[in-house]
Amino acid sequence: MNRMRPSVETATIETDAVAVERTLTGDREAYRILVERHSRNVYRLAYRMTGNQHDAEEVVQEAFLRAYQKLSQFAARANFGTWVYRIAANYAIDRMRQRKSEDSRRALPARETEDGAETDLMSTVPDAAPSPERLAQSGQLAAQMRQALRGLTPAERTAFVMRHWGGSGIDEIASALDSSASAAKNTVFRSVQKLRKALEPFVEQRGRARAMGTEQL
Amino acid sequence: MKHPKEEELIAYHDGETAGRNEIATHLADCPECEAELARIDALLAALHTIPVPEPGDDYGQRVWQQISPRLPQRRAHWWDFLFREPNSAPWFAPRRLAAAGAIVALVLAAFIAGRFTGPRDVTPPVATDAAKVRERILLMAVGEHLGRSEMVLMELANSGPLNAGQKEVNISSEQRRAEDLLEENRLYRETALEQGDTALAGVLDELERVLLDVAHSPQQMTPAQLENIRQRIDARGILFKVRVVGKELQQRGESGNTPAEPSGSGKSERNKV
Repeated sequence: MNRMRPSVETATIETDAVAVERTLTGDREAYRILVERHSRNVYRLAYRMTGNQHDAEEVVQEAFLRAYQKLSQFAARANFGTWVYRIAANYAIDRMRQRKSEDSRRALPARETEDGAETDLMSTVPDAAPSPERLAQSGQLAAQMRQALRGLTPAERTAFVMRHWGGSGIDEIASALDSSASAAKNTVFRSVQKLRKALEPFVEQRGRARAMGTEQL
Repeated sequence: MKHPKEEELIAYHDGETAGRNEIATHLADCPECEAELARIDALLAALHTIPVPEPGDDYGQRVWQQISPRLPQRRAHWWDFLFREPNSAPWFAPRRLAAAGAIVALVLAAFIAGRFTGPRDVTPPVATDAAKVRERILLMAVGEHLGRSEMVLMELANSGPLNAGQKEVNISSEQRRAEDLLEENRLYRETALEQGDTALAGVLDELERVLLDVAHSPQQMTPAQLENIRQRIDARGILFKVRVVGKELQQRGESGNTPAEPSGSGKSERNKV
């Protein structure tokens, strides 16, 4: 009888390609290895995209469920991590669109567009936004950054997160967005442009405060 | 060079290579563009400071616990059994490729031989023979499956701590094999039902419950837990049933005798079990 400890050791040496092959032959244990290996990375992406823990966890679970269902269609088996990352990005886009639509129905019914186009929440920031002085404090700057990210459309946010946090290439982003490479590149640019517009005054203010030694942490 | 556009500076920040040298040369001579790039750097650096809550070291395990009950059963194909063993090398391992090649060669040889030899006006006997051969192969496959199941159950029945100080016994190897057997078992049980062999389907059903028990038990078991699972195996008398049915199927497969009815000759024997 084999009394060696099993999958923990096996998990570290088994490549993704082997685990995918074993999963395809009905070995659920092999899929467990893939889930445990990649879920933290997918979670980081999902959190940055959705902006909250609850949605991020839902995205992670759904991404691995969908990956399992579509595994037989997955050709480049060595890149399971990239593949599941893309599935998560896709699902997160759907989730964000759904959330936006729920939020706009609940809180901002008057601002809903008739043609169902995505509403840019940056334009819905209330006039009573905190003053630049208050936002100079770094905790508030973080809050402002979150708000600015929420103001991006799901596609822009996905493009930004994948490019600047995930280090994804333009082709990968294009695949997640189901668009051409030039459209994906444009979306990345637009996202940075919007974030600059929303945040640069505060980032510069913090820079100045830091230079003068008056920054409040 | 004229001033690069904002888009080009962002692409430059992202490490894009197109036009990189020209932009770098321009930046060296243009304080205005250099300041613009510094602002882009500062913004993106600031965005990197947004914290992501740490999900914990056991996050992967938690995700697995949440999704595993929702995963559909992946039905293995019959040809997987030819290529797969627990903890085995991937399908593309050389010896597996060699085995696959040999099978393909055999099939081709049989096909070619069939095209050029033998009378062509004996379709009914050939069809009958083919049906018998198929059934014999199936009987032998189920017999072998029961043999492997018996081995796993035997090992569990005889397992225990290596010494008095050992508090837990690791049964993960048996569990993995039980999980593998479960997939095969389902296929055979369904086939037996389709063919009307309810007695065989009944034994396979009982075996499936025991295999499920084993597969869903903790990997590390205390002697008491192990004893509990052993008692469940004993209570169902499954080891004995598996042994008897396995032997019977093996005999039927070797002799080529098939029951007159789907649940005929073997049924009475099995019902004694």
